[in-house]
Amino acid sequence: MNPSRKRRIRLVVALTAALLAASALIYTSFSAGSDEQTAGQLLAGAVAGKTYTLAGTVKDGSVRRANGVLWFSVRDPHRPVAVRVRYTGLVPDPFREGRGVMVKVQRRGDLFVGEKDTMVTKCPSKFQVAPPRAGSNV
Amino acid sequence: MATVGRALLIVAFAVALYGISASLYGAFAGGRAWVDSGRRAVYALAGVLTLTFAILELAFLRSDFSFNVVATHSSTTTPTFYKATAAWSSQEGSLLLWVWLLSIWSSLALRVTRRRVREVAPVATAVLLTFASFFLMLTLFFASPFETLASVPQEGTGLNPLLRHPAMMFHPPMLYSGYTLFSIPFAFAIGALVTRRLNAEWIVSTRRFALAAWLCLGVGIVLGARWSYTELGWGGYWAWDPVENASLLPWLTGTAFIHSLMIQERRGMLKVWNASLVLATGTLAILGTFLVRSGILDSIHAFGASTLGIPFLILIGAMVLGSVGLVVWRRADLASEHRLDSLFSREAVFLLQNVILVALAFVVWWGTFFPLISEAVTGTRASVGPPWFDKYTVPLAFVLVALSGVGPLVPWRRLTLASVRRGFVLPGVAAVVTVLALLAVPGAWAEPKAAVFAGVVAFVLTSVGQELWRGMRARQASAREPAPVALAGVVRRNRRRYGGYIVHAGFAVLLLGVAISSSFQHAQDVSLRPGQSARVDGFDVKYVRATSRAEAEKISLGAVLDVSKDGRHVATLRTTRGFYPSQDITQGIVGRFFGGESESEVGLRAGLGRDIWTVINPNIAPLAPIIDRGNRTFRRAMVGIMSGPVRDRERAVMQLYTLRDAAVTAVARRFVTSPWPADFRFIVSPLATWIWIGAIVTFLGGLLALWPAPAAARRRVSAGYAARVARELARTTQ
Repeated sequence: MNPSRKRRIRLVVALTAALLAASALIYTSFSAGSDEQTAGQLLAGAVAGKTYTLAGTVKDGSVRRANGVLWFSVRDPHRPVAVRVRYTGLVPDPFREGRGVMVKVQRRGDLFVGEKDTMVTKCPSKFQVAPPRAGSNV
Repeated sequence: MATVGRALLIVAFAVALYGISASLYGAFAGGRAWVDSGRRAVYALAGVLTLTFAILELAFLRSDFSFNVVATHSSTTTPTFYKATAAWSSQEGSLLLWVWLLSIWSSLALRVTRRRVREVAPVATAVLLTFASFFLMLTLFFASPFETLASVPQEGTGLNPLLRHPAMMFHPPMLYSGYTLFSIPFAFAIGALVTRRLNAEWIVSTRRFALAAWLCLGVGIVLGARWSYTELGWGGYWAWDPVENASLLPWLTGTAFIHSLMIQERRGMLKVWNASLVLATGTLAILGTFLVRSGILDSIHAFGASTLGIPFLILIGAMVLGSVGLVVWRRADLASEHRLDSLFSREAVFLLQNVILVALAFVVWWGTFFPLISEAVTGTRASVGPPWFDKYTVPLAFVLVALSGVGPLVPWRRLTLASVRRGFVLPGVAAVVTVLALLAVPGAWAEPKAAVFAGVVAFVLTSVGQELWRGMRARQASAREPAPVALAGVVRRNRRRYGGYIVHAGFAVLLLGVAISSSFQHAQDVSLRPGQSARVDGFDVKYVRATSRAEAEKISLGAVLDVSKDGRHVATLRTTRGFYPSQDITQGIVGRFFGGESESEVGLRAGLGRDIWTVINPNIAPLAPIIDRGNRTFRRAMVGIMSGPVRDRERAVMQLYTLRDAAVTAVARRFVTSPWPADFRFIVSPLATWIWIGAIVTFLGGLLALWPAPAAARRRVSAGYAARVARELARTTQ
């Protein structure tokens, strides 16, 4: 076989392999990726026993801790609804009222129970604060 | 001050625009004087931006709250150390830092190369100044660090407590140094493609900057990981967060580039690949800044709302289209001079290593952007978590580490049976012995992959040690020097080569720490009262006493813990949670001291065998009734003062503040005097310290490779290189 033809075959094989690997990667990301659900979507259609990824903002005044259990509400970014979450496990330091949070939950009646250690928050470097009010130093 | 800062930004923008015009005119029509003027514009830009940045720093150090960025990112109680770093915690300050660092590194690069790559440098200057103009435009029209407030607050919001960590002082400047340094080979590659000077000269001239970029970015990434481990209260160092991934992408392609450029230098091969890699790395460096600063990762919709998104997208689009266009346009000039002689050669190992690094970069890129891609394709936002990333990156990293051991043992052009016997036997034996020894340890069968990985690391370390040993022996034989002198001599004369080997060893150790600590980590959550104990992974942990400390900056509630094993004291751990005051006055006069941001101070006993890590999460709910009572009492007192005579008001308010401070201290003290159970997370991680040791070794190896070679060795390399350039020139003029 002449060298140029050999090189072309090698190139086609390498590109095909790369294409197949990339296709596998893309396929698995769509099948393994978990859809992020808002509070409104979960309230409308979540079924008991199935795990969902809840994404939203921690509602102001909703965080409470008791006996190692964290209670909080996650509000929908588009609608005035929120779901109550009962969570145990790792709570990253950036967790706070008014901040974005993502947690895996299962429905139990009106309540959503968080899977242990599944809470994810944004990197703190992404937080921006509102400017303080003039004279606010009490 | 703000006006001067704004004026300097305008001057800098004008200087950058002038520099672009002068460089391009000089390159294509006007001659050397214009080219030199364009280069000097970069020096002037660095000077102006140094002044500009100094003004911003001064505003932070003086707590000048008339600056919006100071009011929103600093306060009078922020320690001076963090006031100085708060400048780059803001969007506006970080953009200014970016362009300032770009101007400094560009000045250095153009100064160093002023007598070389004469045709390429003017175009490179124009490209670098275009980046500078872009970022200056952002700071002038979209995110000005010199925006002032109409009504000046007496106190600022303060720096986000989670960013108050020594690693955060250096993490952003190191990352940005990495990004901006990668702009230099990018700019010279564009220059080489435009001017058709595609020999190895531009690569040799900017090689050191690519290596410095790789080193700075690597140090920045490790500092971020260390900060995450010791500050964020979750016990991990890497979470595949988009912000982390953004810095990893150019680091991966940059690693590929600093390896493959050796093939172009030595054999004139992979020119298209090298040009593509360096252009991709430069683009990914801008993409990294874009990811963090544009808000695109929150949602496609957030991207639309962001003021920075569209300008960044235009720049990145232009970079991608321009890069692809130039490579296609110059493909004939980028033809390889040689073919791969054998699949068993150092060139082939480098090529495979490059393919793996690019595959890793693609995996990370896809996973990072997947939420946006899925939202665009299916209408529903979906994300992939760490298990998805691990599924692809772990096997690829496995092969990568193995190749870092194989590479130094394989000769250029072709591997022979004799070189296999000479190079592979000892490392191979070390690998097999390590795997067998580890599998004999009870419990190791639970994670056989970790044992195999340790074997691969043993292979790498032995191969590096063997190369150092052989170099030393050869030098001993020729120079008749004692072993340490011979070793130092051989490393000194071949800094790039041996520095690279040390990097391989350090990186293998780092990944060994990652593999073992994540495979055999034990995490446990417990709730304890003072005096109570818990058993964690064979250790007895006793909550000895609660602690509290009230300062102007924060209130800290914590614990002292005693760790023992089989009755023998192992460590005393101290962990606290700091509560920072809120600026929200609706939380009450006392309550606001407990209602702001909070952060963990980790209790850590780092050891060569294992780390014992803990954080406390003191539930402050039991303090709520006493805080409410304090709020009511002080509000009544404040109302009484305000309704009293005006002349006594200031003194009375000051007295009330003194009483308030005492009350806040007393409330915090309740955590010690009437303690209630506190929640703790304990993590025992074997070999976690080796992650940081490996990182330090990698850093030292990189520094060694970066350090200029002694004059004699440099002359030899230059002579070889000059001969090569002459050959290439002869070929192009035929």
